[in-house]
Amino acid sequence: MSSGFKRGHEGSVITVFDAAEVSILRSLVSQILGLIEPGETGDDPLERALGIGPSEQSADPVLARLFPSAYEDVDQSAEFRRYTEATLRDGKRADAQTMLDSAEPGRVELTPEQAQAWMRALNDVRLALGIRLEVTEEVYDELAGMSEDDPRYPAYVIYDWLTYLQDTLVRALW
Amino acid sequence: MEVERPSIDVRPDLPWLTIVWNDPVNLMSYVTYVFQTVFGYSREKAEKLMLDVDRKGKAVVSSGTREEMERDVQILHSYGLWATLQQDS
Repeated sequence: MSSGFKRGHEGSVITVFDAAEVSILRSLVSQILGLIEPGETGDDPLERALGIGPSEQSADPVLARLFPSAYEDVDQSAEFRRYTEATLRDGKRADAQTMLDSAEPGRVELTPEQAQAWMRALNDVRLALGIRLEVTEEVYDELAGMSEDDPRYPAYVIYDWLTYLQDTLVRALW
Repeated sequence: MEVERPSIDVRPDLPWLTIVWNDPVNLMSYVTYVFQTVFGYSREKAEKLMLDVDRKGKAVVSSGTREEMERDVQILHSYGLWATLQQDS
């Protein structure tokens, strides 16, 4: 697996991916794009123009985590969601698209703006995978003690690698 | 223009709080970086808040008007942090 991100020139970050790594990243981030619909998907043209979105939390646990309720109170939460979720969706889609467009085999150099998008997109990918795998804070210890024959093993290895990738990216940007 | 709120502003004198909750996915380094970037906190303050989230399960990361806290929560959601707001009690 790759050696993670390193600091480049003028705020850029650099890493090297092999073809298999790029394939994994592109597949996972494409799933995010498939999961998050564009923000302006309402039926009402005025609501679309104003960026007004849905008011209810998704039943999908991944979407529920990516777009959490802001208030304990259901009505206040719905009101907040109506005015924020469309913008949030578009932002997450833009981050995912940036990652999809710039993930290539070989040397990859990201501008500071691309690096920020990658950092958030990697977090969204890890949140989605973490919820599907039902990870706890013991996930890394679990992996260390897991047999390679365990059916969960490949997904856990990918999760662990994504964690490493995001951590090295944060530290390269600090 | 003030938009009339339908609900519970019964104690307008008390500030609103943005709270970040612990979750098993978000990295300690990332959460610290986000607190520094979003709020302009020092590394020390950001790390202390991150450790509070990790050890106590949650931390108040900012306070102010309801509108300001809604903005903070929206920004934290854009970074994938699990944030909520409530009025101080």
